[in-house]
Amino acid sequence: MSHIELPPPAAPDWHRWRSGLFGGWGNSLITLAAFGIFVWLLQPFLRWAIFDAVWTGTAKDCAVDGAGACWAFIGAKLRFILFAFFPPDLQWRPALVVATVLSLLLLSALPRFWSFRLVPLWIAALVLSWLLMAGTLTPPQVSTNNWGGLPITLVVSIAGLAFAFPIALLLALARQSSMGIVRTLAIAFIETLRGVPMIAVLYVAMLIVPLALPSGAAIDKLLRAQIGVTLFFSAYLAEVIRAGLQVVPWGQREAALSLGLGYTQTVRLVVLPQALRAVIPAIVNLSIGIVLNTSLLAVIGIYDLLNAAKTSATDPTWLGFYTEAYVFAAVVYFVICFTGSRYSIWLEKRLNAAARH
Amino acid sequence: MTFTLRPGPQGPGLPSRLRTWLGPSPLQQVLLFAGVLAIFALFGSNTVDSMQRMGLTPGFDFLFHQANFEIGESVLRYSAGDTYARALAAGLANTVKVAVVGCVLATVLGVALGIARLSGNLLLATFVHGYVELVRNTPLLLQLFLWSAIIHALPPPRGAYAFLESVYLSNRGVYVPSVSLQGLSWAIWLPAILLTAYGSLSLARRLLTGATFYLPKATLTVLGSLVVCYLALTSFGLAATIDLPTKGGFNIKGGLTLTPEFFALLIGLVVNASASISEIVRSGIQSVKSGQWEAARALGLKPAQIMRLIVLPQALRVITPLMISSFLDLTKNSSLAVAIGYPDIVSVANTTANTTGQALEAICIIATVYLTLSLSVSALMNRYNSRIVLRGETRR
Repeated sequence: MSHIELPPPAAPDWHRWRSGLFGGWGNSLITLAAFGIFVWLLQPFLRWAIFDAVWTGTAKDCAVDGAGACWAFIGAKLRFILFAFFPPDLQWRPALVVATVLSLLLLSALPRFWSFRLVPLWIAALVLSWLLMAGTLTPPQVSTNNWGGLPITLVVSIAGLAFAFPIALLLALARQSSMGIVRTLAIAFIETLRGVPMIAVLYVAMLIVPLALPSGAAIDKLLRAQIGVTLFFSAYLAEVIRAGLQVVPWGQREAALSLGLGYTQTVRLVVLPQALRAVIPAIVNLSIGIVLNTSLLAVIGIYDLLNAAKTSATDPTWLGFYTEAYVFAAVVYFVICFTGSRYSIWLEKRLNAAARH
Repeated sequence: MTFTLRPGPQGPGLPSRLRTWLGPSPLQQVLLFAGVLAIFALFGSNTVDSMQRMGLTPGFDFLFHQANFEIGESVLRYSAGDTYARALAAGLANTVKVAVVGCVLATVLGVALGIARLSGNLLLATFVHGYVELVRNTPLLLQLFLWSAIIHALPPPRGAYAFLESVYLSNRGVYVPSVSLQGLSWAIWLPAILLTAYGSLSLARRLLTGATFYLPKATLTVLGSLVVCYLALTSFGLAATIDLPTKGGFNIKGGLTLTPEFFALLIGLVVNASASISEIVRSGIQSVKSGQWEAARALGLKPAQIMRLIVLPQALRVITPLMISSFLDLTKNSSLAVAIGYPDIVSVANTTANTTGQALEAICIIATVYLTLSLSVSALMNRYNSRIVLRGETRR
């Protein structure tokens, strides 16, 4: 760089706020109107959620006239919402799985720890999670029909991303291939899955796969759903990776080929490192989408976080507190996904800064 | 028109082009294709076997059998005892209804929110940002469940919330005013409709091709048709009456009733899509470089002119394709109707699969409906993209 760019001197914070809120008559009016509307909208919500809310007690305390949200219900059903029908005395297992997965996520989020050693670590963690939940090594065994809640949401999302990644990579490369049939097959797969709603894919996994298997063979329901989620997202991930592949100029491939590298080497050593680096933030965003969309498992009767929350309000002693259950589930989803989206923005800035140097 | 120069005097013939398309290692590719076909054939024959074991005949004959279930609401007239085909058509009409209304409302709300975000007012921008984050970081299905729960928790019609004595919110549905026209005469109505259609189409084409945005003929045509409508209404003795819902005893009469399911789905889809649309509008307008604004200002254009002549034509190149893909998303998301009991195509196909056992056919119908829509829209988008690509950009 021939010259040094200095950032413009930053105005003090309150200065920015003053001009943003009350700079000119029109702006001041808008501020007041917006504030008014906001208070008007927020006030009934706050009254419901905080001032009139019932924080402790039983369903009877919540049935009082004029009572707002019944947070006592969340207190009583917290374990059910988080772990659904998992046997209560064994719930340390899903809790351990959630803790492991979250700490691994934290570890993988820091670019300092990025290395290929994370891959076997994740595979081991996912396999061990499955074994621990199922109780294969540590009886008593728990059928997947009893799994539920937050661990399902997390494990299905992460396993979905993990298994979708290699498939998506192949699909993205196939879509750019010079081989006509391979290209057409990849396009057909990607466009079909992207063209139908996820519900349709889950229905196929639930209703058609059992029919399509040879008689006598059966695949676990959760596993079928997992396969559906994986295939569905591999199509979307393939498009994300393709966008990354398009960033790498063709000259790079030509240069690599002229150096005597074969196709595999070119892709592995030259194209992919640049392509994937370019789309890491997009992949993080897609992962958020996966977490949000695993809630569709509720429609096919798998007890993910959303379905567990919904079912918790059908308990005869705590009947009908749907709104509270949904608000609580929304908070959990929001914390996970908002953290993810902030992280993606932070990462994008960091990668851009790294690219400029 | 652009002409592409091909190597060679006449261009390659069919076999040679096929060979180029096929690329290297054709034999392996054919084998791969055969393998994929074989897998499909295996699954297919297994499915047929399983269905026959269950006493089902694969095929679409069931479409013409009597369906013995009711549909909660439908645009098409349908009642139990009609054919499955008719039930599915009613479901499709319901999907179209919620998608069309949803897209229109989401656009209005989304554009308004996007403008609010850009307004320069910090408070407004912060609110909109909060709204977008809230909507984007929670599952759509959860939002739909929440809306559905909220609507079912509303008071019964007797104690319905009223807005301006014309909109009523109750747990049996939402009542809004409807417009009915008396003394309709096609001689007057038809030209007005045609004019409006022509106007909107040419306006849409203008937006789609990203052509310059100076007060276009299309806008004039739309205005003209509105004037014609107005004249028709006033001078030919036609009357448009607004039917207001009124509260009477235990129920609310008159007006247009939106069922709780439809309303919950509509609100959920609109809120969800408006968040993305507001981001699309914001990023589209911000994608126009600040130098363009400055140059236009230096030329002495007024802010409104800058927006119309300089910024919008460029921003729309970015906005239009994203907007259309978010309409497509809204339509695909309307399939979540099945979870809150609105009888859309997925919901009716699901009921059909449960009552007849023809799950494969039902899913084929769902897939066909959505694939047809997605693929035709994406084909249109490809044409659009190739038309509006800036000269000299991304041509390789």
